[in-house]
Amino acid sequence: MREFDYARADSVSDATSQASLSDGEARFIAGGTNLLDLMKLEVMTPDKLVDITRLDLNAITATDEGGLRIGALVTNSDLAADETVRRDYAVLSRALLAGASGQLRNKATTGGNLLQRTRCYYFYDTDMPCNKREPGSGCSAIGGATRLHAILGASEACIATHPSDMAVAMQVLGAQVETERASGEGRIVPLSDFYKLPGDTPHIETMLEPGELITAVILPPPPGGTHVYRKVRDRASYAFALVSVAAVIEMDAGRMQRVQLAFGGIAPQPWRNAEVEDLLTNEEPSRALFDRAADMLLADAQGQGGNDFKILLTRRTLRAVLAEATGLGDSQ
Amino acid sequence: MKTTLTVNGEARELDADTRVTLLDALRHHLDLTGTKKGCDHGQCGACTVLVNGRRINSCLSLACMHDGDEITTIEGLGTPDDMSALQKAFVKHDGYQCGYCTPGQICSATAMLDEIRQNWPSHVSDDLNGPAKLTVEEVAERMSGNLCRCSCYPNIVDAIRDVADAEGGRS
Repeated sequence: MREFDYARADSVSDATSQASLSDGEARFIAGGTNLLDLMKLEVMTPDKLVDITRLDLNAITATDEGGLRIGALVTNSDLAADETVRRDYAVLSRALLAGASGQLRNKATTGGNLLQRTRCYYFYDTDMPCNKREPGSGCSAIGGATRLHAILGASEACIATHPSDMAVAMQVLGAQVETERASGEGRIVPLSDFYKLPGDTPHIETMLEPGELITAVILPPPPGGTHVYRKVRDRASYAFALVSVAAVIEMDAGRMQRVQLAFGGIAPQPWRNAEVEDLLTNEEPSRALFDRAADMLLADAQGQGGNDFKILLTRRTLRAVLAEATGLGDSQ
Repeated sequence: MKTTLTVNGEARELDADTRVTLLDALRHHLDLTGTKKGCDHGQCGACTVLVNGRRINSCLSLACMHDGDEITTIEGLGTPDDMSALQKAFVKHDGYQCGYCTPGQICSATAMLDEIRQNWPSHVSDDLNGPAKLTVEEVAERMSGNLCRCSCYPNIVDAIRDVADAEGGRS
């Protein structure tokens, strides 16, 4: 690990100013479960760490609109076990519990989880070119081992996936990200606008400015309906998703009155497709319709060889989740 | 960087490089070698300790960030003459072979039983809001952050369920 300066922030404004006043690259650290791993490997080499763990961002509170404000430092464990989340946002609890291990969930925070880096093998291997780690150096994954890689939203510069389960649930729930900048100015950004597709700048992953701190994630009022989070992976626990599907579906008189879907493991960001949701909304569930939804979702899907299976796996997982959530039964 | 930790109930001062992990601080600076270094990347669980009562991977945490925290290591859970219930159960059920993962397994299981008492659900819980049960499947899921290369998993599960039974925590 490279040397770095360490500073403990005692307020949000202290944190953002310490980060923005830094000469070199500054990073906030909270749980550190991903950042420290990457620093040990020297994939990330910040000059300064600003410790935000003492900030008062630990609360889960009701919003005036009837939703939930989740402080950026709320751990994955506390969020998954929160009684309101378990009852009203079950898809979020389920997604959190499907991720990592008990030890990691105790450390990992809500804000940090949104910002975790890809698990692309070549991003982690500093001997290999990687446009995300070293802009302009090339992509080793294209033509390499691509089991974990994207089938949607990728570019010629980068085919890495976003690894989070939590963020997929946040995306399906229509969460917003609350931040504060060094100027003291706050903003609230829909999660759907938060991430940037790789294009030719895969090292730029979000719209956050240098020194901008996530302070909370805000959920809209409980959506009701049936919540499903299904994660398909290489082992039953403690593995990243090959494909995951989050669904919130409300039925009324045999029709899908409300359909919200998000996908993990297949794209550089938690993936949502409004056209697919529109296709399903107000329709009667049927296997033929589910297939049309999968056709639409996967129309632009591109395999890389080692991940070609994800195209069919995504289709099957989507069909299974829709069948489960609409009561059509789980059989294929 | 000067850091004060309470380790197994005792105040300990540390003045180490900011890069020192909690794991290396325990082993190399505080001479508590019960906590093991396996992968050093949060994948194996051998380094599991309790921080303020919760289990974490000590390899993925900087010691300087734990100023004022209460750390419990395997040395704080019991001694050969005065073993904790889980330590006794691991011996009784032969829950190890080489023993390298065992301190992490026992620290992890200690905190996991507390999570059950707090009724935390898991990935395999049918009902998110129901009482937490300690079936074989539940123990396997909740302990998936602790690897055992000797593959003593069945005996580890038996040991943990034994202790949960004695507490009346299994149903």
